Amino acid sequence: MINPRRLLSRSEPWVFAAIILLSLLIQARSGQFFTGNNLVDLVQAMIVPGLLSVGCMMVIVSGGIDVSFTAVASLAMYVTDRMLLSSHYAGNVLLAYAMSAGFGLLLGALNGFLIAFLRLPTLVVTLGTASLYTGLMFGAFAASASDVPPAIAAHGKETLFTAVNPQLGLSSNMPSQVLILVSVFILAFLLLRYTMLGRGIYAIGGDETAAERAGFNVRAIKMFLYCLVGVLAGITGIARISMIVYADPSTMLGMELTVIAAVVLGGTRVTGGIGTLTGTALGIALMTVLANSLILIGIPTYWSRAFTGAVIIIGTGVTARQIVTKRRRERGADVRTSEAP
Amino acid sequence: MSDPVLRVQGIVKSFGGVQALKGVGLEIGAGEIHCLAGENGSGKSTLIKVISGVHQPDAGGIEMSGRSFSHLTPGEAIALGVQVIYQDFSVFPNLSVMENLALNMELKDSRRLMNYRRARSIAAHAVSLIGFDIDLDERVENVSVADRQLIAICRALLQNSKLIIMDEPTSALTKKEVKALFAVIKSLQSRGIAILFVSHKLDEVFEISERYTILRNGENAASGRTKDLDRKTFAFHMTGREFTEESYHLTAPVGKPVLSAKGLTLRGCYRDVSFDLSPGEILGITGLLGSGRTELVETLFGITRPDRGTIEINGRRVRIKSVKAAIRRGIGYVPSDRLTEGLFQPQTIERNIVVAVLARLSSRLGFLRTKAVAQTTARWISDLSIVTRDPSLPVRTLSGGNQQKVVLARWLANDLKVLILNAPTMGVDIGSKYDIHALMRRLAASGLAIIVVSDDLPEVLACTNRICVMRDGAFVQQLDPASTTEAKLGELSTGVA
Amino acid sequence: MKTTGTAVPALQVRRTRDQNLVRLFVMLLLVFVLMTTLRPREFPTLANFGSMMRQFPEYGIMAIGISLTMITGGIDLGVVGTANLSAILAAKFLIGYVPQGAPPQVVLPYIVAAVLIALATGMACGYFAGILISRFNIPAILATLGTQQLYTGIAVGITNGRPQSRLPLLYSKIGNTELFNLFPLSFFLFLVIALGVGLLLSRTRFGTSMYLYGTNPKAARYAGLNNASILRRTYLLSGLLSSVAGLIMMARANSAKADYGAPYTLQCVLIAVLGGIDPNGGFGKIAGVTLAILILQFLSSGLNMFNQVSNFYRDVIWGGVLILVLVFNRLLSARAERRASKKRAIV
Repeated sequence: MINPRRLLSRSEPWVFAAIILLSLLIQARSGQFFTGNNLVDLVQAMIVPGLLSVGCMMVIVSGGIDVSFTAVASLAMYVTDRMLLSSHYAGNVLLAYAMSAGFGLLLGALNGFLIAFLRLPTLVVTLGTASLYTGLMFGAFAASASDVPPAIAAHGKETLFTAVNPQLGLSSNMPSQVLILVSVFILAFLLLRYTMLGRGIYAIGGDETAAERAGFNVRAIKMFLYCLVGVLAGITGIARISMIVYADPSTMLGMELTVIAAVVLGGTRVTGGIGTLTGTALGIALMTVLANSLILIGIPTYWSRAFTGAVIIIGTGVTARQIVTKRRRERGADVRTSEAP
Repeated sequence: MSDPVLRVQGIVKSFGGVQALKGVGLEIGAGEIHCLAGENGSGKSTLIKVISGVHQPDAGGIEMSGRSFSHLTPGEAIALGVQVIYQDFSVFPNLSVMENLALNMELKDSRRLMNYRRARSIAAHAVSLIGFDIDLDERVENVSVADRQLIAICRALLQNSKLIIMDEPTSALTKKEVKALFAVIKSLQSRGIAILFVSHKLDEVFEISERYTILRNGENAASGRTKDLDRKTFAFHMTGREFTEESYHLTAPVGKPVLSAKGLTLRGCYRDVSFDLSPGEILGITGLLGSGRTELVETLFGITRPDRGTIEINGRRVRIKSVKAAIRRGIGYVPSDRLTEGLFQPQTIERNIVVAVLARLSSRLGFLRTKAVAQTTARWISDLSIVTRDPSLPVRTLSGGNQQKVVLARWLANDLKVLILNAPTMGVDIGSKYDIHALMRRLAASGLAIIVVSDDLPEVLACTNRICVMRDGAFVQQLDPASTTEAKLGELSTGVA
Repeated sequence: MKTTGTAVPALQVRRTRDQNLVRLFVMLLLVFVLMTTLRPREFPTLANFGSMMRQFPEYGIMAIGISLTMITGGIDLGVVGTANLSAILAAKFLIGYVPQGAPPQVVLPYIVAAVLIALATGMACGYFAGILISRFNIPAILATLGTQQLYTGIAVGITNGRPQSRLPLLYSKIGNTELFNLFPLSFFLFLVIALGVGLLLSRTRFGTSMYLYGTNPKAARYAGLNNASILRRTYLLSGLLSSVAGLIMMARANSAKADYGAPYTLQCVLIAVLGGIDPNGGFGKIAGVTLAILILQFLSSGLNMFNQVSNFYRDVIWGGVLILVLVFNRLLSARAERRASKKRAIV
């Protein structure tokens, strides 16, 4: 059953509380937070970072850190876009997703090879591949903003429903890409919780040597992981350009640090082994609310970044404090006094 | 022996050109508790790894359950019923107890999907095997060290083991937990499982094992029935030398105390500790793990601050607020865990020696006086006979004993009044152990006051002129080493006659 | 985050680290020779060297700052935010207080004051990061991710995202002075800083304690080192260096903006690693970092001379070289260990 003390020592409830608090505050100040159209806008803004956060979280849980996923997403997306445009592709958008996922797989596989087989440190390797991929994109492919094939444009216009705000006369469309976000989260959840592969990712993050000894094929798992991250990144790339109906190669670059921050805020430990998709989703939600809704309480957009920074600092500070006090409590308990021999 | 569960003969193993095992043999019968003993470097770890399939021997044979092998893979060893419980237990601190218990089985059965109901029943079955009561949903990182070990044991039992190898299983346990572990081992025995128990603690060898094998320098030194073994023979076989250490006697009468503790109390660690220490004395503090002895000396060194009580240096009351303050007052500390707490392994020997005297060896502006640094390093390398070619080599290239000397050098380079040593010869080879003891006596004779915290009772008896036994956070009794025995010290430590 | 390491015998370790410097130097030479061969009329010219010397100090100084934090086992991802914030505060001061059309003698003290403001800001920013890491135990990556956002955010907030460009002419005049008609002031600043920091690391007590702390914080505590102070001072220094970089950027662009130099952060980390700074802490020399900076600059300037070749190829080469160096290092140390264990057989 739910153990209240255990619940409170985890991060997710706190992040959730923070989101609720913030929402209520914003609602109180502007009356515009809990409107249909605002909520739809928020969800729409969460799609791309949300998709990226899934792969990011899994890598961090495995004990590594990947800063190349936005570069992978951009390059995969861009190559797909150009290829489809030059062949005047007029078919279904699914091919675009498949192609981009495929390119993403290859790009992620390089990371996987270097990290899983050559056992190189993850941060530095992904820094290198990020540089390599952006360089390829802007250099070799001379990437510049371009159009998208009609299929993608059409896909971008698909909406699930429309939310109207009668007060302001605004309406927002819920894009169909949100289904991708939801499916990815569900599939990732199933993978992490119900497959040995998923448990292996947690095991590796907990103690890699123990994982080897237990019989996990650590190299294969890591390789799969980075390939998966690549696939997800590729999919995200197409989702992104379909929503803005524009293939801007730099549109996602720079997002990686915010996504990592969101993942960590959501309770995933940088040292590995601990993290949940729920927490990650909450972390993304919090960051999105912060980035988009501060204007509703009168904080000009110019200050939203400073605010985000402050939240990251406070959030990680609180988490760090939790770990330290827990360790201190343990140490006191280990030393026994007045115990019957 | 009729049909031993394991017999190895003539095992030879080299790494590069170094021979770790030179033709070693071992025999264990079904349901036998067998102790494998040996100093560091004796080859016992290598032998374990050969038996469990991690290493393949260069020569020799392994016989298990009537079948012969020239070598094994880890998978084959497990299939034959050999399970190893490593010193770190190989558990996943971030996963639940249930998963820790069940994952190995699931992997062995090549399961692709995780079925939590099945895992739970596996886990429940595992803990029932030894009657272990634990919350299956708790994260292992929140579980005590002793419980983690039991988890590792339960996990091993699931695999139909015939032989369980335990590598130094009691090193992190309190006395009570050791007793519990031994009870578990006995119950394993009653199910016909053989236990190979690696240890160098003589008391345990005597208490639990029926037969023993001692390795020294990669060769068999002795083996036989434990009840035919005595302490002296054991030490002799372990080290190959006869040692008679003279006990330490003060040369001059005890002068005014350089360090006085009065009523020191730290909640949860120790209470109402008082003692005096004069120059030239070597005070031994002994007690079990958890008796508060390490916490006490850490307070003296400024790592923790007491809730109550006073400390006086040379008659003046002082507050030791930090390690730096302790050092300034002339207190040095050699921690028990040399590798993680004492040394900067990849850094140079020179840096490791001068780290505590950087202030003295620098100019006002903070620039190091390289000549002074080199001189200091050279002096202590020669004074303490540290064996090395070059002080700019990383300290990890030194042997255990020499590493300990480096840590000592670090403190001696200061203006020391009091030197505290915690388990100074743990894991140290016999030659260096002797050197360190001789050094301690020399230092005390020259006016230093020394506190030795150790649970190596012969060491405590040989090196000190006064012993304080701690139990459950309090000083139980002060004794004169000349008029007490190991047995008495043991009784006082545990509180049982 | 875990990184894997292989055990390497003693002598090999020392040689590998020195070999690293030699390797970097060889790489620098190779790049130089390559570029000179391909563009003999443009590359080895005074004009080109002058141009290069104007470009690298700003990120070079930041790379040195990041290297310091990496030596202590952490990282400072907030260098760019610190640089920009410092520059912006200085700029706002100058714009707001210097009377229009005033003669140089009057403007000069304002400039001095502005520089001091920038430096103080940098130190404060760095110190704050140091406190977050040492007192609040926030892992360095996260703390400096936060400060990066915070400082940039403040910079955006107080400028509404607009560049601050009506700086007094004297500032860029001074900032872009060239001594002996060739060496930019910023180049000298870089030299002084590189030498100074190098000396700090190799010859002072503080430097030694930084290396030791970076290797093993626990042992550092037991040895009496003041860990919190080491961290605070390291990040303070990093912040200070960032503010210097910010001032240089401001002189070159004749304005200050909240998002200048965004790609510099990761670039500087790459430079540090290539230059031999161990991301786990405890090792690395400024000489190596300097060589890495020069390699990057040569590559960058060289590629610029090929009109068809985009500057972004530099990133490709950079990323590729880094990975190759890592792989090469890993293979080398594995080979060294095999050779060393064979050597022991002769004993």
